[in-house]
Amino acid sequence: MISQFFVLSQRGDNIVFRDYRGEVAKGSAEIFFRKVKFWKEDEAEEAPPVFNVDGVNYIHVKVVGLFFVATSRVNVPPSLVLELLQRIARVTKDYLGVLNEDSIRKNFVLVYELLDEVIDFGYPQTTSTEVLKSYVFNEPIVVDAGRLPPLGPAAIFMQGTKRMPGTAVTKSVVATEPGGKKREEIFVDIIEKISVTFSSSGYILTSEIDGTIQMKSYLTGNPEIRLALNEDLSIGRNGSSLYDYRSSSGSGTVILDDCNFHESVHLESFDVDRTLSLIPPDGEFAVMNYRMTQEFKPPFRVTALIEEAGSSRAEVILKIRADFSPNVTANTITVQMPVPSYTMRASFELEAGATGQTTDFKEGSRRLEWNLKKIVGGAEHTLRAKLTFSQEIHGNIAKEAGPVNMNFTIPMYNASKLQVRYLQIAKKSKTYNPYRWVRYVTQANSYVARL
Amino acid sequence: MAPPVSTPKSASPSQPSGKSEVTDLKLQLRQLAGSRAPGADDAKRDLFKRVISCMTVGIDVSPAFSEMVMCSATSDVVLKKMCYLYVGNYARCNPDLALLTINFLQKDCHDQDPTIRGLALRSLCSLRVQNLVEYLVAPLAAGLKDHSSYVRTVAAIGVLKLYHISATMCHDSDFPAALKALMLSDPDAQVVANCLYSLLEIWTQDAANSDEAAREIEALYGKSIIYYLLNRIKDFSEWAQCLVLDLVSKYIPSDNNEIFDMMNLLEDRLQHANGAVVLATIKVFLHLTMSMTDVHQQVYERIKAPLLTLVGAGSPEQSYAVLCHLHLLVMRAPMLFSSDYKHFYCQFSDPSYVKKLKLEMLTAIANESNTYEIVTELCEYAGNVDVPIARESIRAVGKIALQQYDVNAIVDRLLQFLEMEKDYVTAETLVLVKDLLRKYPQWSHDCIAVVGNISSNSIQEPKAKAALIWMLGEYSQDMMDAPYVLESLVENWEEEHSPEVRLHLLTAVMKCFFKRAPETQKALGAALAAGLADNNQDVHDRALFYYRLLQYDVAVAERVVNPPKQAVSVFADTQSSEIKDRIFDEFNSLSVVYQKPSYLFTDKEHRGPFEFSEDLSNLAIGGDSGDDVIHSAQRYEENDKDLLLSTSDKEENGGPTHNGSSTYSAPSDVNSSTSLVSSSTTQPAAFAIDDLLGLGVLDTPALPPLPALSLNAKPVLDPGTFQKKWGQLTVSSSQESTLSIQGVASLTAPQSLIKHMQNNSIQCIASGGQPPNYKFFFFAQKEGSSSFFLVECIVNTASAKAQIKIKADDASASDAFASLFQSALSNFGSS
Repeated sequence: MISQFFVLSQRGDNIVFRDYRGEVAKGSAEIFFRKVKFWKEDEAEEAPPVFNVDGVNYIHVKVVGLFFVATSRVNVPPSLVLELLQRIARVTKDYLGVLNEDSIRKNFVLVYELLDEVIDFGYPQTTSTEVLKSYVFNEPIVVDAGRLPPLGPAAIFMQGTKRMPGTAVTKSVVATEPGGKKREEIFVDIIEKISVTFSSSGYILTSEIDGTIQMKSYLTGNPEIRLALNEDLSIGRNGSSLYDYRSSSGSGTVILDDCNFHESVHLESFDVDRTLSLIPPDGEFAVMNYRMTQEFKPPFRVTALIEEAGSSRAEVILKIRADFSPNVTANTITVQMPVPSYTMRASFELEAGATGQTTDFKEGSRRLEWNLKKIVGGAEHTLRAKLTFSQEIHGNIAKEAGPVNMNFTIPMYNASKLQVRYLQIAKKSKTYNPYRWVRYVTQANSYVARL
Repeated sequence: MAPPVSTPKSASPSQPSGKSEVTDLKLQLRQLAGSRAPGADDAKRDLFKRVISCMTVGIDVSPAFSEMVMCSATSDVVLKKMCYLYVGNYARCNPDLALLTINFLQKDCHDQDPTIRGLALRSLCSLRVQNLVEYLVAPLAAGLKDHSSYVRTVAAIGVLKLYHISATMCHDSDFPAALKALMLSDPDAQVVANCLYSLLEIWTQDAANSDEAAREIEALYGKSIIYYLLNRIKDFSEWAQCLVLDLVSKYIPSDNNEIFDMMNLLEDRLQHANGAVVLATIKVFLHLTMSMTDVHQQVYERIKAPLLTLVGAGSPEQSYAVLCHLHLLVMRAPMLFSSDYKHFYCQFSDPSYVKKLKLEMLTAIANESNTYEIVTELCEYAGNVDVPIARESIRAVGKIALQQYDVNAIVDRLLQFLEMEKDYVTAETLVLVKDLLRKYPQWSHDCIAVVGNISSNSIQEPKAKAALIWMLGEYSQDMMDAPYVLESLVENWEEEHSPEVRLHLLTAVMKCFFKRAPETQKALGAALAAGLADNNQDVHDRALFYYRLLQYDVAVAERVVNPPKQAVSVFADTQSSEIKDRIFDEFNSLSVVYQKPSYLFTDKEHRGPFEFSEDLSNLAIGGDSGDDVIHSAQRYEENDKDLLLSTSDKEENGGPTHNGSSTYSAPSDVNSSTSLVSSSTTQPAAFAIDDLLGLGVLDTPALPPLPALSLNAKPVLDPGTFQKKWGQLTVSSSQESTLSIQGVASLTAPQSLIKHMQNNSIQCIASGGQPPNYKFFFFAQKEGSSSFFLVECIVNTASAKAQIKIKADDASASDAFASLFQSALSNFGSS
């Protein structure tokens, strides 16, 4: 059971503080913050999400730069508390539209209302946005989404392409819109985080996709929805969880290692025709999470080379090639490469006519950074850098540098080929035709090329 | 309802102006108190918000209490709620003023809107004021019978709140019984869940003093209630499902069919998107199948995929919690995960606490088939920019080398690390090479060749330097310049800050002297002189000791300082198997994350009903120190540390006394350095437990058979009473018994013996241990009498022996019982 719940800003201010059981001293927020801030002073180590100070367990998640913290004196299941904290953040977002320090500060009374219903005397009650509606009376004060970092990967749709209704995902589930009438719409986002490790010779050592089908419904009356996935989708690898790269590109079958579902999902027809039926609750939730280790075509090829160029100099060549369709554009790409610790200077040379690219040598962490605003499918980009060292090179310089790590987001692309074939909404009347948005996005989780 | 106007003031709660703000608020509230003017509610809302925002940032706004109460007469729900929140926060410190609120809260408890009723009841119960409890009883009783399920959910938790303010009042009003009735009949699942939360807490606390509460708790884990809850599991919210599943994990099914039925029923819970539900289900599966080895193994296979999916989904924090549990399972059964090693490769984005777990898992699952790949991967991390992780990776490679038979390739890799010429890589590697040499002296030539090239000046870290010096001393006959390197080190004695290094230097010079006397004589003289003048007591003492020893007889000195050594075959484990088992018993709790059993980090009053076993073992150790649990826990830990030899010790406890490598040469060990090595080879964990329990001296001969005694088939004894009795009674019989071969074979897990003894009317109350040592506490009751027999039984499957200690209420029947127990034990496995 939970003793206290609080939300702290990045600077350690209490934004919300709720004591449920009065068994942990008031100063817990400060104790927590100090502990997190100075976890290990000499080593740049992060504090783990769960720790114990003087018999009090502190459990926290970080959401949009805020700490959502629960304290407890008993031996609680950690995953339960962490899930609950995450859910509180999500419900709050459902209500406020945007989750950030400003919106919570402006709506803290509403947040207290929510907290009173979500947890009673430390025991979780309900986290369903829908059920909570009947007990929460404050109207949210909507803040401007602005350029503040929003919650979750779906956020990229906000800045993204024109096809997306820009403000939709930052809309409160409960607030009535200026026009007075709610727009009937539903969002289905297929979000994939991919992890790939390339060996120094360019082979794929490991690859994995962690995907989520996320839904956010603004439909009134909770109509039933049918979500059809690839017909030839198969799940489980016949007990062999070993990475065996049986070529599957020929057949085009999508094989998931495993998946799980939101509790509202009915799986009766899933085994027959890969259709999920559900009555979506209000707010944002994951319909299905899945994991795939089947071989897939990585969106980027990364090659990195470091060569000696004299006794205390070296040259680095970084090359990335976008292996996807020219209709698709990746954005916010960052390539990082650690260089030997005795590197003093780095000078960069971008290809002729390069636009929207920046380079930097981070002296503190000894790494090269290369940022690209966007990369169109099929394009190839190269960066050359000359390094100057403070001492002569000895040994194998490649062992002192790397691995190269890449971050990117690719809207309207998914590496697994998992598709939503159709999204059917049970009709209430002939004229009822809500907006439905099915969107795909792929993000790098750990995209690494070794030297 | 118009949206509240937000003034600039209310929008900036982070910059409170303190006292004057409170006075200002009081004033404004007073002005508004009686106002019926239009817009007054909006103004009030605004003020209330400011009050609450002050409260949040920690300003004491309790002086405005009476004003707040005056303003609370309103029909605006938003205002009401803010007022409730305020009152709940300050009532405790202002009990007199709290009385003011009772009136309007009680009135609201009769409101026609169920939401208002519920809110008022919740606030009423949250006042936490001792002298107001009498006002709670009537509204609570009404709340439990309310036709709105919302009010009933509030009332069910309200009873628990009342219990915490006044347990007597709660019992006098017969609320626990009412809750139980409600739990068994209410159509609303959340009401059922809340009743269960409350009852568990109330009865667990009562169980210490009341047999009735203990029986009630037991009934909650009984078949009828478990089935009642399981049958409607899908009605419960995901959070309440976790509660139910936790309850189910403690249920003991009567036969295997029941186990399979339950598992089939819960199978789809493993596909739940909520990790808490999945982990709770896994706990049920693991605990249900403990006695069925093959099914237990299948469960491991079944839960792998869902666990890995959870690790990939969700926030980093959530995946960490899941990964900790996966870590526990991997450590328990590494073989079952040996083909999944790629899942435990570190990802770039992993925080270091995740990487550490993964490295440990990779180390554990390395076997002949995957070692090459795992070590290759680990070597990649050795050059990592994240230095702590790089170090851990190197240590991991070393550990794998120590647990493998074919270390050839790994030794090569380790030696390659030395060529990287990174300070910390070299340092870590040296320590590992030293440990490797202790286990595999046959590799000395290869290692020495490389180590010999390392300049001692380039090593800064004490541990690494000590390792290098140890090798110089130990292999001085193979390293050409060993005496000279040592000599130069002795010359720099003054600059050497670490006493650990100086101690090693003394010993190494001695060893070198015995092998190459003429070359070392000068260095030895200088080292002893420097040692005698040393400020550090240990260094000084050791120098003096060596000096006198040499004076006494050089040959004896050699036998003491440089005896022939046996290779170390097993390095001691950091954690005893008993502790590991306890953590496993507490699956799906913080114990798994902290990697220690709950009694090490929770206060006694915050422990659950099933966390009693540590008290029992404490009794076994101390006999009379009934409740000093933490103390015994520390003893466990200390004992573990003492056993800790070398590879496994972490940097934190690298002090000279606990340092592994110093066990070779520390003065206290000198006389027994050989026996020390060999003692570490004989099952250190077992040694630890036996020692703690003061066993090993029990050789009372078996007694002749006595007339049969009949036992009550279903005796009832709660852990608290057991513990009390065990503390009071003296040992009436203590003996050793032998298990049959079949018995040993069937004792793969404690459950099998427990079942067998149950069939003989002997009940188990606590058990633990891992092969080859199991420990049980049993009890039995004489038929038709109230006298109990308590047994502590320690079984070693390797020797097929069991140590039995019996305590009895009726000492005269003790011998009869002892023979009964013995015969039951010897029949084990043959039935």
